[in-house]
Amino acid sequence: MSNYLYILWIPLLPLATFVILGLFGRKYFAKSAGIIGTASLLTATILSFVAAKQYFFVDGKVNGVYQKIIALKYTWLQFSPNVSIDMGIIVDPISVMMLIVVTSVSLMVHVFSLGYMKGEERFATYYAFLSLFTFSMLGLILSVNIFQVYMFWELVGVSSFLLIGYYFNKPSAVAASKKAFIVTRFADLGFLIGILIMGFYGGTLDIGLLIEKLTSTQSPEFLSITSASFLGASMLTWGLTLIFMGGAGKSAMFPLHIWLPDAMEGPTPVSALIHAATMVVAGVYLVARLFPVFSMDEAALTIVTYVGAFSALLAAVIACTQTDIKRVLAYSTMSQIGYMMFALGISKNGGEAGLGYMASMFHLFTHAFFKSLLFLGAGAVIHMVHSNEMKDMGGLRKLMPITHAAFLIACLAIAGIPPFAGFFSKEEILTAAFHENKLIYGVALFTAALTSFYMFRLYFNIFWSKDAVAKAHHDHGHAHDDAHDHGEGTWTMKLPLLILTACAIGVGFIPFSQFITSNGLALETHIDVIFSIAPVTLSIIAILLSASFYKTQNVKSDKAVALFGGFYRAAYKKFYVDELYLFITKKIVFPLIGQPIAWADRNIVDGFMLLLANTTAKTSGAIKGFQSGKVQNYALYFFGGVIALSILFIYIWK
Amino acid sequence: MNEVPLTHILFVSTALFFIGMYGLFTRRNIITMLMSIELMLNSVNINFVAFNKYLFPDKLDGLFFSLFIITIAAAEAAVAIAIIINLYRSHQSIDVDDATEMKF
Repeated sequence: MSNYLYILWIPLLPLATFVILGLFGRKYFAKSAGIIGTASLLTATILSFVAAKQYFFVDGKVNGVYQKIIALKYTWLQFSPNVSIDMGIIVDPISVMMLIVVTSVSLMVHVFSLGYMKGEERFATYYAFLSLFTFSMLGLILSVNIFQVYMFWELVGVSSFLLIGYYFNKPSAVAASKKAFIVTRFADLGFLIGILIMGFYGGTLDIGLLIEKLTSTQSPEFLSITSASFLGASMLTWGLTLIFMGGAGKSAMFPLHIWLPDAMEGPTPVSALIHAATMVVAGVYLVARLFPVFSMDEAALTIVTYVGAFSALLAAVIACTQTDIKRVLAYSTMSQIGYMMFALGISKNGGEAGLGYMASMFHLFTHAFFKSLLFLGAGAVIHMVHSNEMKDMGGLRKLMPITHAAFLIACLAIAGIPPFAGFFSKEEILTAAFHENKLIYGVALFTAALTSFYMFRLYFNIFWSKDAVAKAHHDHGHAHDDAHDHGEGTWTMKLPLLILTACAIGVGFIPFSQFITSNGLALETHIDVIFSIAPVTLSIIAILLSASFYKTQNVKSDKAVALFGGFYRAAYKKFYVDELYLFITKKIVFPLIGQPIAWADRNIVDGFMLLLANTTAKTSGAIKGFQSGKVQNYALYFFGGVIALSILFIYIWK
Repeated sequence: MNEVPLTHILFVSTALFFIGMYGLFTRRNIITMLMSIELMLNSVNINFVAFNKYLFPDKLDGLFFSLFIITIAAAEAAVAIAIIINLYRSHQSIDVDDATEMKF
């Protein structure tokens, strides 16, 4: 077994960048911060590719099975002989795959930001935060211990909070960052309880040991966790469901998805990095990491399946009605993550039935590339027109040909049109769904059609539709000047688009099932042409429908809106989930729980402290006269004291 | 020869001690206060010598103690006078009631 210790440098390099830029960036590296951050991440990316090559092609495989290798394990906090919090590095197919995804998407975002964020006052701080995020995400991926996952999980949450609230003088951004943090934090509460349940019954926090103990039906841990029950469900179900709750919070699954659309207040490259490709798939990664345990419990997997499928459908419906381009992308992200979730949910561990697992990871992989491409393309568009609203766009295909081509390819990829990347991964998911659960298959098929519809609605509204170039020229004189100043953006903005476009075309051809499966054994998959007809045809029909609605300005879309009426309005308002949350918090939680607690805090807790403080102040006010500043008074007290002590010792305490 | 009883000597030393104490509390002049302290120290010396003579005539502990106290008193006088000079320089007075800055 060879040495993988150099993987340690992959997370440590961004950490070093964060420390350096965070402490000295604004003073010394105000201009060069971007170059420093990008260079350090480029090194990390190269190391990841080296690691991937070594793992997948040189020595990861033993007897045809990809091994789990613990490259480093350092016991950090030992609670008892079996329970400890370790810091370490795990090398297995999914962690190596995620290394590639995170470092390369992050690198693209770093490069893109060189142009996009140029001239920002807090340029160095921005790169420091990006590095912090990259470090936390890489740490999460490489975790060997479930508590290590939890720590990096929180770090990821914090850096996401910092980046969403990057424009901290914008109230909506501040509100969005708080919302994201609180919602995910709430979900993490479930995650923590889940970890504690698993740790308590499993007797360990080490992921490998936990999986080993809880997957053998004869082990005492497995028997105790399945026989203990609470409210009619076994503790295994509870533990896994609560862990999934944490994952659902980060991955924006219904009903914890409300933060994701608001999180689009952050700078667009940040959305591309965090809210499209990396952090939001952390939930999927978590479920995949613990998949052998999940596969032991039918109930937890069913929850994963239906939450995923429902989120996918709901988000796709909402995405059809939104007008803010980043919000459309946010909902499409949520929908695609729903795909990955239910693909995991319907999967079994190992063999042919493990197709869902492999498909989920494949979709995670391809999605990261085409979704970050979409976001970066949207970023370029926003950079050009200075607006997120569709109505301010249109006809941009002549002004920004490269972005146009990249965006079109990304849309085709997400719509699942062959031969682009999304087709292959989505096909695997649909195949898995078809074999396991026909209802889910139906939902997935319908969602796929909706996906094509809203993605092309977005595409046509931005690049075709009305001839808004003239509008941009006359109405926004300033914007027009800017547009001519930077055109499509600097080469640093175009280069990532081109690279990611190449990825969006190419990564689908990777024989993914050879590398990443639930049990490490290669799986033979093939694309069944007959099977592909249905989804591809539906997608093409949806695209044509979308083209007829939005390619030129016409009343057809308004008619469709009128046809759906109330349903459209409900979807436009995101099915009032936000309002429901507000109702629950403002009308139920605050008055019934918050206010009594606040009262107790103000009157009982604070009251006790105030009483102490007041008593002290009064006493000292009363006795401060003793410190008169007159030396003879002090002498008097001294003699008085001596006499009192003499009396005490001579006559009383004999 | 009629010996002076111990109680007489103790009476003198007690009187001396309380005279010193009275002076320490009533005088405002810091030099007078220093003199009062010397009186109190000397009353203690008398006590030591007297007890040594009457209770342990074959030992010298009490005498040595008084010698030490006299030495310490000399040193103390030197320090006290240095303090008094500094006080006079900063307050233009050696009245203790004029130096009451260190109050609450």
